[in-house]
Amino acid sequence: MAFLKRSPWILHYDASSCNGCDIEVLACLTPLYDVERFGIINTGNPKHADILLITGGVNEQNRQVVKNLYEQMPEPRVVVAVGICAASGGIFRECYNIVGGVDRVIPVDVYVPGCAARPEQIIDGVVKALSILEEKRAKMKVMEQHSEEAGETA
Amino acid sequence: MPERIIVPFGPQHPVLPEPIHIDLVLEDEKVVEAIPSIGYIHRGLEQLVQKREYPEFVYVAERICGICSFIHSLCYCQGIEKIMEIEVPDRARYLRTIWSEYSRLHSHLLWLGLFADSMGFENLFMRSWRLREKVLDVLEDTTGGRVIQGTCKVGGVRRDIGQEKLDEIHRGLESFEEECRDLGHVFLNDTTVKNRLRGLGVLSKAEAYDLGAVGPTARASGVEMDHRETGYAAYGDLGFKPVIETAGDCYARCAVRLREVHASIDLVRRAIEEMPEGPIDVKVRGTPEGEYFSRAEQPRGEVVYYLRGDGTKNLSRARIRTPTLTNIPSLVKMLPGVQLADVPVVVLSIDPCISCTER
Repeated sequence: MAFLKRSPWILHYDASSCNGCDIEVLACLTPLYDVERFGIINTGNPKHADILLITGGVNEQNRQVVKNLYEQMPEPRVVVAVGICAASGGIFRECYNIVGGVDRVIPVDVYVPGCAARPEQIIDGVVKALSILEEKRAKMKVMEQHSEEAGETA
Repeated sequence: MPERIIVPFGPQHPVLPEPIHIDLVLEDEKVVEAIPSIGYIHRGLEQLVQKREYPEFVYVAERICGICSFIHSLCYCQGIEKIMEIEVPDRARYLRTIWSEYSRLHSHLLWLGLFADSMGFENLFMRSWRLREKVLDVLEDTTGGRVIQGTCKVGGVRRDIGQEKLDEIHRGLESFEEECRDLGHVFLNDTTVKNRLRGLGVLSKAEAYDLGAVGPTARASGVEMDHRETGYAAYGDLGFKPVIETAGDCYARCAVRLREVHASIDLVRRAIEEMPEGPIDVKVRGTPEGEYFSRAEQPRGEVVYYLRGDGTKNLSRARIRTPTLTNIPSLVKMLPGVQLADVPVVVLSIDPCISCTER
C-alpha cells in the first residue's frame, strides 16, 4: 500500500446480486479487515466517490440506475466488478431478467472473481483499482496541459 | 392541511446494502403513506429449475440470498427428500441444525450491526460485526465458505465435522456467549438506544396476524409462530421454544433477535452434545415425481418452497415465498406516523432481505 497517497472513497451498489458479495464488501470496512484505516470510506453519494464497487449481474430494471450512478461520478473514476456474477452473470447467466455482467452496461476496470468474493480478494481488487486511478489521473493531467498549451498558441 | 410532498427513498441509498425503493408521502416531517416498489434484484430464479437438474438446483437455491443461504438449500433439499421419500441419516440432520443455527447467528449479528448503523451508533455497528466474524470463522472452518456454504445436498450433507472440531466449537461457545451478552446489554439498556426505539413503528398483535407477518417481526408483536417448533431437521429432538415479546415496537424486534442469538447458541450446544454417530448421507436414485410444500424457519421468518416434479431430471415448477415479501405489508403499516429521520430504523427493523424477496 506504499503508493496510497490519497483517500479513495468508495460507492457500493448492488445490481441484482445475491447479497453474498455485498456483505463481504461491508465486512471489508469492519474491524477484522478495516480498510477505513487507509482512508477508504464507503459513501452513499456518487459525486463523492472515486471507485464504484458493483456486485451482481445487472437486471433490466437496474441497468439505468447503474448507468446513472456511473455518469454522476466525477472523473477520474474506476469501476470494480465484485464477484463472478458481476463479471459474467455467473450462476444467474441463464436467467431471463439478467443482462449478464456489468461490462455490458458500463466499462469495467478490475474484475474480482469468487462466489462470494472474499474480503481479501475485494481489498486486492481495490488496491489494483487505486493504481489504475493514479494512471487515469496522470493521463488527465497530460491532457489538461496539452489543451492549455493549445489555448496559449491559439 | 399541510402540503404533501413525496420523498423517494432508494434504490441506491446508504442504509441498506441492497436496493429497495419506497415513495414516502410526507406532511412536514411526518410520514403519512409509504408506497414500496421492488424489482431491482429480480433475476428470475424460479425458471432456472427447467434448465438445471434437481441436484444442481441446490446451488441456485443457496444463491437466492447470501445471508440465509444455508437454510434455503436445507428447505429445498427437505422438499425433494419428501417427494422422493428419502430418509436422511440422523447425523446429517444434526449437522444441518448446527449450520442452520450458525447461519442464524451470523444473520442476526449482521442485522444488529446494520440496525445500530441506521441509528447512527457506529461503534455498536463495528462491535456487532467484529463478533460476527467469529461465527464466520466457524462456518469457514467447517464448510469452506464464509457466506455461501455449499454443504447441503439431496440425501444428506457433503461434509462431516470431526469430534475434535465439535469439541473446539463447543468450548468456543462460552466466550462467544459472554460477548453476545455484553453486546445485548448495550442494545437493551443504553439510554440513547432506548429513547430511539421505544414506541417506534408499533405493530399490534392483530395487525401482525392479519398482515401475515412472519419471523421476529411477528414474534415481537406477540404472535407465537416459529417454524422450528414443527421439528424439521433435528429441532424435534432438541426441544425448542419460540422467543416472544409483546410490545411490537422496534425495541421489541431488537430484543427478540438478541434473545434468539442466545437460543441459537443453546441449540448448537445441545446439538453438539447429542450428536449421533453414523453416515452423513444416503445414495439418491431416481427422479422426483410428485409435489410438496417445504417450510423452514429463516432468520427473517418462514420460507416456503413449493416443488413439483414430473419424473424427469428437471423439476417442472418451483415457487419460493420468502419471509421479507410477507413482511413488507407490515412495514407499510408501521411507517405512517413516524418522522422522516426514523424511516431507516423502521425499515431495518423488519430485517429486509431484498435478494430473497425478488429472487
